[in-house]
Amino acid sequence: MAAVQTTSERALNKVAIISVLIVTIIFLAPIYWIVSTSFKPRHLATTVPPTIVFEPEISPFVKLTLRRSQLREQPTPEEYTAAPWWERLVFDGGEKIVRSGRGEVQLSGYPSRFVNSLIIAITSTILAVAMGTITAYGFSRFKMPGEQDWLFFILSTRMLPPVVVAIPMFLMYRVVGLNDTHVGLIILYTAFNLSFSVWLMKGFIDEIPKEYEEAALVDGYTRMEAFFKVVLPEAATGIAATAVFCFITAWNEYAFALIMTRRDAQTAPPFIPSQVGSGLPDWTVIAAGTFLFLLPVAIFTFLLRNHLLRGMSFGAIRK
Amino acid sequence: MTTLTMTRLDPQSRAARRGMSDISIRNLFIIPTILFLIIFNIFPLLYSLYYSFTDFRASTNAPANWVGLANYRELLNDPFIWTNFAITAKYVIVSVAGQVIVGFGVAMLLNRDIPFKGLITTLLLLPMMLSMAVVGLFWKLLYDPSFGIINYALGLGRFEWLSDPDMALYAVAITDIWMWSPFVMLLSLAGLSAVPKHLYEAAAIDRAGPLYTFFRITLPLVAPILMIAIIFRTMEAFKTFDIAYIMTSQPTTEMIAIRLYKMAFQEWQTGMSCAFAYIVLIMVVAITNIYVKYLNKVKER
Repeated sequence: MAAVQTTSERALNKVAIISVLIVTIIFLAPIYWIVSTSFKPRHLATTVPPTIVFEPEISPFVKLTLRRSQLREQPTPEEYTAAPWWERLVFDGGEKIVRSGRGEVQLSGYPSRFVNSLIIAITSTILAVAMGTITAYGFSRFKMPGEQDWLFFILSTRMLPPVVVAIPMFLMYRVVGLNDTHVGLIILYTAFNLSFSVWLMKGFIDEIPKEYEEAALVDGYTRMEAFFKVVLPEAATGIAATAVFCFITAWNEYAFALIMTRRDAQTAPPFIPSQVGSGLPDWTVIAAGTFLFLLPVAIFTFLLRNHLLRGMSFGAIRK
Repeated sequence: MTTLTMTRLDPQSRAARRGMSDISIRNLFIIPTILFLIIFNIFPLLYSLYYSFTDFRASTNAPANWVGLANYRELLNDPFIWTNFAITAKYVIVSVAGQVIVGFGVAMLLNRDIPFKGLITTLLLLPMMLSMAVVGLFWKLLYDPSFGIINYALGLGRFEWLSDPDMALYAVAITDIWMWSPFVMLLSLAGLSAVPKHLYEAAAIDRAGPLYTFFRITLPLVAPILMIAIIFRTMEAFKTFDIAYIMTSQPTTEMIAIRLYKMAFQEWQTGMSCAFAYIVLIMVVAITNIYVKYLNKVKER
C-alpha cells in the first residue's frame, strides 16, 4: 500500500477490520455451536436461554459409539462404583449401556457408518484420481479428434442432479444386486468424481513443461517411463489436491447414499439425520456424531487452503 | 487424420519407436475413462429414457406397458409440477442473490490490508466444504423456536423458522447463503486481486469518487469471474435436494429434486419420474452449456 494514507482512509480500514471480525464470528458461530453442543451434558443442550458457559464432558461421544437404553431404575451404589468411568457418565445422564449376556458392550449404529464412509470415500477417491490423472495426461499431451466435445461430455456427467441419475441406477443395481453394497456406491462416486478429477488434473498437467518429457525421451525413456518417472512426480501436488477434493465430495455425498443404501453399506450422511426421528432427540449425541464427521473435512480444508479456488472452479481459475 | 501428428517428436526417431506408440498410449489413457462414464452415466439415462414412455412401477412386478408420450403430457399439464418449478425458481433467486451480496461484500472487505487475512479467509471458507445434509441437520437445532440460538441471539422469542410455511423456504435459503457465500467470496477475491493497482491510482489522480471507481473499474473487471460464480451457484441451487429435504417437509419448500425423489422412491411412479427426470435433465444441460462456454472464455483470457 501507498505509504501516505489520509485519515479517512485509515478510518475506513478500521471499519473494514471490525466488519471482517464481526462477519467471521457470525460465520463461525454455527460451527462453534455444534462443537460445543457435542461436549454438553444432555440437560444443558436444549435449555432456554441457551447455555453458553458449561463444564465440557465427553459423555455424548460414549453414547454415540455404544448401544444404550433408558434407565428403568437407578443403579445400586455397588453397580455404580464397579462401572468404568465412561459407563458412570452414561448413568449420570439417566441411561445405561446395553450389555450382552456375557457383559460385553455393543457398538451403536454410528461406528459402522463411519467406517463405511471411510471405505467408500477412500476407495472411490483412489480410483477417480488414478483414472483422472492418466486421462488428463492423454488430453493434455496428445491430440484427440473432438477433444473439446469429449471434455464437455466428461464435465456434463458431473452436472446432472443426483436424483435424476439415481433412478435408473437404482433399477439397474436392483437387477445386478448392487443396492446397499460398498461396491455399488464406490462405482457411483468414482463416476461422479472422475469428471472433476479429469478437469482439475488437466490443468495441473498442462502446467508441466512438455520439454521435461521430451528431454527424457531423448535420454532413451519410453513414453510410459517418461510419464511415470517425470510427469507423475511433477504432478504430485496437483494429485494430492485433487484427491482431497474427491474425498470430500464422496465423504459429504447424501442423495445417492440415501437412495442406494439402507444398512450394510450406509454412509454417515444419511445415517446422522435419521437419528433425529420423532420425539425428543438427544442433540448432544447428534452433535457429537456431526462433529466427528465434520472434523476430517475441516482439517483437509486447512491443508487445501491454497488450492481451494482452483478446485472449486474446476481448474479454470488459478492463483 | 489429425492423429498422425500428435507429438513434436520425429516419428522415425529411435525414441518414438521404443515402447508403445503415442496413439496406443493415448487410447489406453483416455478410452477406459470414457467407456466408464458411458456405462455408468449414459447407459442408465438411456435405460430411463425407455421407462419414461411406460407406466412402470418399480414397487410391483407388473410388466411395463408402453404409454407413449402420456407421462410427458400429464406432467406438463400438471399444475402441481409448475408449483414445484416456481418454488425452485424463488429459492434459486433468493439464495443466489444473497450469496452474491454477502460473498462479494465480504470479498470487498477482505481485499484490503487486514491482519491475519489468510487465516480469516480459510476460516470463512469452511462452511462450503461441509456436508449439505449435515449442515441442514444442525441448522435445525439453531433454528429451533424454543431453545435455538438464532431466536435467542436475535431476540425473536418463539419465532417459527421451519414450521411456518411462508418462512421455511427463506430459512433454507439463509442456511444455503451461509454455506455458499464463501464460494462467491473466494471467486470474487480472485477477481478483485487481479484488478491492476495502477487503474486505482489513475482514478485517484483524476479525483474519481469511490462509487465511480467501483462501477467503472472494479465491477467491470470482476464481472466475468462473478458471472462464473453466479452460473455455477444457479446450477447447484436448481438441483437442491439434501438441505431442503432434511430441514423441512413443508409443501412450500418442495423443490423439483425433492418432488422427483418422492415421485420415484415414495410413490414409486417409476415411469412418470423417469419422464420428469428427463425434463429436468434438459434444463440442466442447457444451463451447463452456458456455464462451460463461460469457463472457456475466462480460461482464454
